[in-house]
Amino acid sequence: MTAGGGPRFIGRPWARVDGPGKTTGEARYADDLVLPRMLYGKLLRSHLPHARIVRLDTSRARALPGVHAVITGRDLPVRFGIMPTSQDEEALCLEKVRYVGDPIAAVAALDEETAERACEAIEVEYEPLAPVMSIEEAVAETSVRVQEHGDGPVPNVHKNVSLEFGDVAQGFAQADHIREDVFFFQGNTHLPMEQHSAVAQYDAAGRLTLWTSSQTPHYVHRALAKVLGLPMSRIRVIATPVGGGFGGKSDPFSHELCAAKLAVATGRPVKITLTREEVFYAHRGRHPVLMWLRTGVRRDGRITACHIKTFLDGGAYGSYGIATTYYTGALQTVTYKIPAYKFEGTRLWTNKPPCGPKRGHGTPQPRFAIEAQMDKLAEDLGLDPVAIRLANATEPFTRTVNHLRITSNGLRECIERVAEASGFRAKHRRLPFGRGVGLAVSTYLSGAGLPIYWNDMPHSEVQIRVDRGGGVLVSCGAIDIGQGSDSVLAGIVAEVLGLAPSEIGLVTADTDLTPIDLGSYSSRVTFMAGNAALEAARKMRELLVAAASAHLEVEPDGLVVGDHRIHAAAQPERGVTFPEAAALAEARFGTLVTVGSYRPPRLAGPYKGSGVGPSPAYSFSAAVVEVAVDPATGEVRPQRVWIAHDIGRAINETLVIGQIEGSVYMALGEALMEEQVFRKGLHKIPSMLEYKSPTFLEMPPVETILVVTDDPEGPFGAKEAGQGPLLPVIPAVANAVYDAVGVRIDEVPITPDKVLAALDQAARGGVGRVGPRRVPPFRFRDPIKVEPPAGWSVPWRRGLPVAGGAPGLPDDLPTGTAPSDARPRDREAPEEP
Amino acid sequence: MKVALTLRINGEARDVIAPVHKTLLEVLREDLGLTGTKHGCELGECGTCTVLVDGTPVLSCLTLPVEVQDREITTIEGLARGGELHPLQVAFTELGAAQCGYCTPGMLLAAKALLDRNPAPAREDVSAWLAGNLCRCTGYLKILEAVELAAARARGDAPQPTGDGGPPAARVPQRSGGAS
Repeated sequence: MTAGGGPRFIGRPWARVDGPGKTTGEARYADDLVLPRMLYGKLLRSHLPHARIVRLDTSRARALPGVHAVITGRDLPVRFGIMPTSQDEEALCLEKVRYVGDPIAAVAALDEETAERACEAIEVEYEPLAPVMSIEEAVAETSVRVQEHGDGPVPNVHKNVSLEFGDVAQGFAQADHIREDVFFFQGNTHLPMEQHSAVAQYDAAGRLTLWTSSQTPHYVHRALAKVLGLPMSRIRVIATPVGGGFGGKSDPFSHELCAAKLAVATGRPVKITLTREEVFYAHRGRHPVLMWLRTGVRRDGRITACHIKTFLDGGAYGSYGIATTYYTGALQTVTYKIPAYKFEGTRLWTNKPPCGPKRGHGTPQPRFAIEAQMDKLAEDLGLDPVAIRLANATEPFTRTVNHLRITSNGLRECIERVAEASGFRAKHRRLPFGRGVGLAVSTYLSGAGLPIYWNDMPHSEVQIRVDRGGGVLVSCGAIDIGQGSDSVLAGIVAEVLGLAPSEIGLVTADTDLTPIDLGSYSSRVTFMAGNAALEAARKMRELLVAAASAHLEVEPDGLVVGDHRIHAAAQPERGVTFPEAAALAEARFGTLVTVGSYRPPRLAGPYKGSGVGPSPAYSFSAAVVEVAVDPATGEVRPQRVWIAHDIGRAINETLVIGQIEGSVYMALGEALMEEQVFRKGLHKIPSMLEYKSPTFLEMPPVETILVVTDDPEGPFGAKEAGQGPLLPVIPAVANAVYDAVGVRIDEVPITPDKVLAALDQAARGGVGRVGPRRVPPFRFRDPIKVEPPAGWSVPWRRGLPVAGGAPGLPDDLPTGTAPSDARPRDREAPEEP
Repeated sequence: MKVALTLRINGEARDVIAPVHKTLLEVLREDLGLTGTKHGCELGECGTCTVLVDGTPVLSCLTLPVEVQDREITTIEGLARGGELHPLQVAFTELGAAQCGYCTPGMLLAAKALLDRNPAPAREDVSAWLAGNLCRCTGYLKILEAVELAAARARGDAPQPTGDGGPPAARVPQRSGGAS
């Protein structure tokens, strides 16, 4: 790559490029923006979980001094939603409210206090409706309807899915042992440190600009165009640095649309920043999921068949829920060879804030279930938890029974190395009462294989411009939400061009200035924007090398792109500096602009619903958690976490370890304390004090092991790190609690009261378990029966096309400045007139 | 009711006329343009809005400016001196202790107050001192390492960083540990 051998930055630890801005207060988040004549907006929200709006009178609010505009649902009647099939949201509710916090009016005023007073002056008369508040109520209710659309067979079903791969009945018939277990995963929320905020400006020329704290500026762009009735070409969306997302800023939100509409209505900039309480209600977090899981195994632990039923408490709107539903069934087969697999899932409407994607999107819940059950199966069979997982672990370059393509796969190495590092075999069932270890594994996507809305365009695009002073500017729609996408872009380009990441200029997430990136969701940015950046950078290097070659009279093959220089491999002193190379290349080729883009290969299987699950590559993780459980208080304290993660190859080791440690932290919060709970539709604990999250004092040491597998399609071999490492930690905690005190908490979070209840039950001769006993009666659809891909479990050779898979975009699309743009030499030195 | 205030912020005297009930957080951000101070809850729960008053961390969302007149207020904008970053700022960047960066200003100021009092804190001391500052990105471990690295450098016990952000040999620990 560079002089002296290996890469200078890729695969090593280095400082993130946005660090200086973020440590000095310079970084400008959405709420830091102040524009001349700016007004402040507020939303009036419903205090009832389910009600018809009988009368809405804004006249008193409008009459208040300092109030510039009041809008209601009539001003924004067009429905929207992140998924094309769930266009069920209104920026402001027109006829009815469906959860406490549903917005019904918006105000723009000179200051926040006046805006708040105006909201209080709006008169609303409601006709309360019976609310539907739980999975059980949603399944049983036949007269009350939360939403107008749904999948049946009862009114409050958003989605009803049934898929069967292979012969499940035969698989269970071949089993020596079968277990059925029921699990519940309570909902929880992202709790980003930054509250959502948006600033809108409508200029005199009729162009709308929205600055917003969003993970998905492109999807916000689309929603604004639809709801405001403006062409996308008249709207500019700029994502500001996101002060924590975790999935919670991936939907287009009411406050973004209302800020824009209020800016249009007043001709003045309008800012709306949510309060912390509003953030709890805006939500779109982890779905509560009730799960039934039946698995058959042979005596040696190999799975013969698996059948899972999931019931998702979706809240009042669709959000990403259809994808979430499929995700509860999609990825179990990516860690374990399951020859026959049935998935039944349903998402239900309830009068609560809508759930959506949170780190791991729909997969932590079933991962908790299957990993806890694997532990139980191992015990039933007299196997150890490591052995049963190794007996079922998938292999590299195989497919799954549900038509997912696996490329690089370090699962086996993850299991072995984490077991070794933690001393798992020596500790499991051997620690004193009150201490225990638990193991679990997982997998996650390196980006969803399909975009949210169907199209044939790239998922990520990068443009690089090099100026005659040697400056490098990288433009990309990707938004840094803290995961380090800016650093990934800069690092890849710097590595290819022989520069340092801190020297690369960046323009990101601005729909006027940057080519597309679909957003910071589904762990896709490093893989997809990284590949686009790599392609653009290689093209730029080719131009620079060609110009240096002509100047130095050394063949391109004999040149090395070294540390800020391009020089002859054999004679390092024979070379040009990077700025000299840039000037030579500009003289030869004209404006130095190259582009790269990435579209994942077409990987969806031959069945409806196959769009959720495919990814160009999967990460794999294994974790061991050691806990201390106090039998007197029921308190569970993690002592240490060991986690091995198949990263492919780290673009930046510092960032990767940061993502893994952050995932472990968030998982421990979910496993032990975090929950989004309601009483009569009111959030019980909508504050950062009462919604418990781990502090410095609860965080145990973490030992991270990076497993390198060099994915053939990842940029420099890289795969994702932002979400996958969260997944194994939650079930590993549950399994460790069992190892410590012999009780099964089949319900997340594992709070002290549940541990005490289970211990008490065990002491009285019971089984020592807390968790749901059954799932409600529910009629799933007749399953779509799908044949597994032929030879699905046999490794395929690298480089060969895979069933259902087509290659991505060709490498040599004729875009940007290209070697063929070279001008004739005689133009380089025109004669004096 | 509005009051005329003189606040000493980052070594400068600043005059403000503001409603008496307006918090220090609001005055800093809205009246003085010091938006480096962030807010996470405005209820004193998250530590994000931490600033230093006479070197002691306070929650600016629970502080009224009239309480801190004639005292020395330090915000994140005042942490670097004359364009030279504080060792904590350098270490936070280097080790990835700032991810989304939103809790970082408060975290840095709280950590500075600790190092000013104790130049060689044990890990438990750092954890206990910073326990009121929430972070959702890092899992806190990189923050602990960065505070320790900055402290070690200030004592001359650790090498200075390289200029380009690249990896100096033997800098990043192979394993990371938290408070046990």
